Amino acid sequence: MALAKRFKQLDHFSLETTGAYNLLPFNFHKLTAEKYFCANLVGEHLFLTQQELKKLVGGTLPTSSDTYLELKSKHFLYGLDSDAAIDLLALKFRTKHHRIAQFTALHIFVVTLRCDYTCQYCQVSRRMEDEGDFDMSHESAEASLEMLFLSPAKSVKIEFQGGEPLLNFELIKFIVETALAKNISHQKNLEFVVTTNLSMLDEDVLDFCEVHGIYLSTSLDGPKDLHNRNRPKASRNGYETTVAGIRRIQERIGPDKISALMTTTAASIEMPREIIDTYVELKFHSIFLRPLSPYGFAIKTKQAAKYNSERWLEFFKEGLDYIIELNQAGYFLVEQYTRIILRKLLTAENPGYVDLQSPAGIGISVIVYNYDGDVYASDEARMLKEMGDEKFRLGNVHNDTYEQIFSADSLLEGLEETLVESVPMCSECGYQTLCGSDPVYHYATQGDVVGKKPLSFFCNKNMGVITHILNLLQEPKTRKTLESWI
Amino acid sequence: MVKLISTKNLLNYSAENGEVYRVSTNASLPSVLRKSEALIISDEQQEIPAGYGLVLSKEPREGCSTLSEDLWHLTDGDVVRVDANRNLIRALYRKNANANFLFVTERCNSFCLMCSQPPRDVDDGHLIEELISAVPLFDPSTMELGITGGEPTLLGDRFIALLRTIKNHLPHTAVHVLTNGRTASHKELVVEIAKLQHPDLMFGIPLYSDIASRHDFVVQAKGAFDETIRGILNLKSYSQKVEIRVVLHKQTYERLPDLARFIARNFQFVDHVALMGLEITGFTRANLDELWIDPLDYQDQLKEAVHILTRAGIRTSIYNLQLCLLPKSLWEFSVKSISDWKNKYYPECSGCSERHGCGGFFESSDLKRSPNIRALTFAKP
Repeated sequence: MALAKRFKQLDHFSLETTGAYNLLPFNFHKLTAEKYFCANLVGEHLFLTQQELKKLVGGTLPTSSDTYLELKSKHFLYGLDSDAAIDLLALKFRTKHHRIAQFTALHIFVVTLRCDYTCQYCQVSRRMEDEGDFDMSHESAEASLEMLFLSPAKSVKIEFQGGEPLLNFELIKFIVETALAKNISHQKNLEFVVTTNLSMLDEDVLDFCEVHGIYLSTSLDGPKDLHNRNRPKASRNGYETTVAGIRRIQERIGPDKISALMTTTAASIEMPREIIDTYVELKFHSIFLRPLSPYGFAIKTKQAAKYNSERWLEFFKEGLDYIIELNQAGYFLVEQYTRIILRKLLTAENPGYVDLQSPAGIGISVIVYNYDGDVYASDEARMLKEMGDEKFRLGNVHNDTYEQIFSADSLLEGLEETLVESVPMCSECGYQTLCGSDPVYHYATQGDVVGKKPLSFFCNKNMGVITHILNLLQEPKTRKTLESWI
Repeated sequence: MVKLISTKNLLNYSAENGEVYRVSTNASLPSVLRKSEALIISDEQQEIPAGYGLVLSKEPREGCSTLSEDLWHLTDGDVVRVDANRNLIRALYRKNANANFLFVTERCNSFCLMCSQPPRDVDDGHLIEELISAVPLFDPSTMELGITGGEPTLLGDRFIALLRTIKNHLPHTAVHVLTNGRTASHKELVVEIAKLQHPDLMFGIPLYSDIASRHDFVVQAKGAFDETIRGILNLKSYSQKVEIRVVLHKQTYERLPDLARFIARNFQFVDHVALMGLEITGFTRANLDELWIDPLDYQDQLKEAVHILTRAGIRTSIYNLQLCLLPKSLWEFSVKSISDWKNKYYPECSGCSERHGCGGFFESSDLKRSPNIRALTFAKP
């Protein structure tokens, strides 16, 4: 039986014949001899065989094939029956980049550079606890807040950094209260987070955080021996202090108010499982497997040079496998870097992670107000300054206007010169939309904001991580686990 | 099933009195109010009161029009339209119904394979004028009004006028417009809609495939896909609420997960997606062999589609499918969607413990329904 007479068959509406289609822009990356990962400028993607890829580009792909329909659905091509693909691509491109108009989301206040820890890998070149002249003044704080409220961003996060910011808790209180008072007229969504080693945590701090819904973020490198080795403290009880602090916050103001970050040292790299177990034991549902950044003491003490990207990737893969295993055994635990990549890959949104954006995240996603009133394009930019290089110092809150700071040459050039869409190797990379541009990193390591990608730890790391995630997604059970992280 | 039309005995009726009336059983209304009311007179009432626009009696009675049994459900606050030429009375609005739909035109620019209301190219402009005059008689506490056709937006200015009347007279009533969205590909209409600033207006727009030619085939109109896509984009760019509606049948179920992915990637901003079982009426009857598939046979695709949509944060519902055909994981998405005046249950359902949560069937399911309908005998988790 067929359709009633007055109706037309499907053929009547399919205007395509083989070859009668138009290609839209896309990149591809060879995963294996037979499998190519193909992605367009909005992150829609699929896997093709070499044969299919050749046919697609050569205009000989049969329009009746499922591959053709998938390519059409995902806007790799358009046929004679419809050109809505172009409107939709434009829409998706705007969606992926809407954060640019909403700059700057993260404002880092370095309220002091003093610290009670003596970490070998310290990337910010902290100062001794009792050294003077490394605290931010009330005047600098107020001028920084003035600047913050000039940002177009509707949602703004204020992060207190150091040194150890709680050594200058009085200024944190001043900044929070001043910001909230100013915000009555500005009506932004304000969020506060204190990045702290928790050694100064007391009832006053907890009360204040509870009242204002302030989040705390700490460093936890793994089990006791590793943590204390990576993060030495005169009293030799860094691990105990940190763990006690985490538990106290979880109980007192809620488990979602405290998160932890780990940094991978040469000692860490041998023990991914033990590190992850430490997080599980503390009932964290999130972990971020992070390599050392090559700044500050990490360079001085040659900590950052102790493993290469291959070794780090081994660590990452072993860790991620174990995390997936834990999820499948019933404990929900997200690896944050993987989650960022997955959201870029599998959703219409852009998670807005500073290091994985194009244009780069400097200035757009993050800005730093240093203790002395200087303004930097990113946290790494001020790390670089403490090493004597002021390349990404954009100005000073007391001497420069918002307009001068946000149109500083080093910022604009850093952004313009490093767009992944135009940079050698990135421009043709299949992972372009999943990755991003990090001008400060490449300047710090290669003396050039673009850098040579084959020599870049950043590039090697991301190529390896993304390839690994794409491979993991091929296995249905693993895919289901990973999808649950989005 | 509640019948809405009666064609009996409109005696003593003159069209000069107007054509739309609010139903009343109160025979002692102040006389100045009576003209716009249709009185249903009780048998005990000795005298026929003067001044009512229309007097209806359940039993034949001197000086009254007879109300056929189909319309005995009419009660205070309902609104009826009277067509003297065709000797016809139709319920336009029932105060106590769970849904009221305003049928504004029979004309349409699509010709969908499964149209439940086959379009006719007729001059029926009077329909919307009657509705515009009827809306002020509706109860202001009405929760929701539907607008349907045909393609309502083909009426242009008059469609806007209807929306404006609803907004002004029923400011607390949600409005749901069933449209194919094609005319919204022209910005002008969308601008006029946006200007109304209606606080609770939603456009339900069907999208049957991620592939243009497949959608065009289902709606039997070349270029319809592009117009609908641009219509959705225009409506959303003017901050209008949009619901995407997908009727599930043999021509749409296979690519349902692909369509869900397409919606999640391109239209993540839509306000609702409704995945709907087929109603066996209108053109569906003529094309039944090309449309019918036992819903049990597309549950894998349905499950995947719901998973994709909900993971993207899109509010998703399943309409017109019976709980005994859905895997339990989909029950939470199932909505009792069939209007009370057209739903029913079958002998297979007797003894089912889940009937309270199940939408049941269309009257038209007499013709075709899944052979896998059965009574469930467990409690919902």
